[in-house]
Amino acid sequence: MKKTVVVFDYGSGNVHSAVKALEKVGARVELTSDFQASLDADGLVIPGVGAFDQVMKLLKESSLDRIIDKRLASSRPVLGICVGMQVLFDQGIEHGITSEGLGQWPGTVEKLKAEKLPNIGWNRVHSGEGSELFKGLQDEYFYFVHSYAAKKLELDVMPPFIAPVLSHSAHGEEFLAAIENGPLSATQFHPEKSGEQGLQLLQNWLGTIK
Amino acid sequence: MSTLRVIPCLDVKNGRVVKGVNFKDLVDMGDPVELAKTYFEQGADELTFLDVSASLEARNATIRAVSEVAEQVFIPLTVGGGIKTSDDVADLLSAGADKVSISSAAINNPELLTEIVQRFGSQVLVSSIDAKRTENGFELFTHGGTKATGVILEDWILFCNQVPVGELLVNSIDHDGTGDGFDIEMTALAVKLSEVPVIASGGAGTANHFADVLEAGVDAVLAAGVFHRGEISISQAKESMANKGAEVR
Repeated sequence: MKKTVVVFDYGSGNVHSAVKALEKVGARVELTSDFQASLDADGLVIPGVGAFDQVMKLLKESSLDRIIDKRLASSRPVLGICVGMQVLFDQGIEHGITSEGLGQWPGTVEKLKAEKLPNIGWNRVHSGEGSELFKGLQDEYFYFVHSYAAKKLELDVMPPFIAPVLSHSAHGEEFLAAIENGPLSATQFHPEKSGEQGLQLLQNWLGTIK
Repeated sequence: MSTLRVIPCLDVKNGRVVKGVNFKDLVDMGDPVELAKTYFEQGADELTFLDVSASLEARNATIRAVSEVAEQVFIPLTVGGGIKTSDDVADLLSAGADKVSISSAAINNPELLTEIVQRFGSQVLVSSIDAKRTENGFELFTHGGTKATGVILEDWILFCNQVPVGELLVNSIDHDGTGDGFDIEMTALAVKLSEVPVIASGGAGTANHFADVLEAGVDAVLAAGVFHRGEISISQAKESMANKGAEVR
């Protein structure tokens, strides 16, 4: 049976490609912001384009914070993409304004220290040890479009919990390209725009859904 | 650092890919979806569609083509041509475009750039500059390179930094379609002034031309006819750049 995925539709940018890419790798995809559908789906994808504070405002209006909490409480997979990754952190600082994030992870999303921004293009991602998402995709190129990023994730993890798998890339400085933290995963790049490698990563993510 | 991007550009009219020399004498080059797939397989880093249709009906054919390409080709798509309002941008984004390019025609309506950035973010906006050498320096032209604007390249780039746009596409009208190589001097000037990534365009004729333009410090290169006619492949262009020390995918 096909796995069902909800691509969370809260009025952010181009979500067409995320839907098409997930369908291409075999998911049954629904584009919606419906509370129950977002809870019931096998997987939930949070896309995100634009400004941190704007995305947060739209997400809160659609109760995404509660949806994520409920899903994670029963270990149901969630994947954040681009700004959809950034808002999972405690806070973001854009144009000098600090905005509160969803707070799933400690830390701050900040502007990259680089000569030219946005970082637009294909960057190599060095995947962390034990990564499921990057299985067969070590040191491959993925497509990024962003000026802000999380640079570190420090979690005190006590057994039986396992430490998150962190994957890195660099533009001016090193930043977090992807995080796998139990059922909660995120990529700063756009897998749906990263050619065959991106499709493979989405397929790997679907593979983690029980 | 991102790799140096190679971007084939497909000029689309009535849902077909066309190519002319110095914006004139359009020749049919094929089906956009088939060409897009071919370039994707050759390793294109992005695709750009430039809608050169005049009528509204033909524009809808282009939107359908964009949508079909977006369902089959999973790399970034930029669409330009004939965009007059931010609602036009919304239509293209929902058809599957990731970015839009707004030509020098925006000189008459610079607020459009600001409005697009406020509504969708800088990352969706490419300012596409058609410029040629005149007694004023590098001057911006509209209407397929026929109408002088009196605006010089330097001033427009400073404006783009203010907006800020996401990228600049700098096309040399003098070099476009000639196959004589990119305008390195003009491109280097744009790179120097721009605070955002610069894409060089116009004049690619051989694989070496892609290596030559690296000296201008560009982030990406765009070409059309040289790829459509099969004179060189995307991978040959990349190989040539890699031999000159550029990181390519």
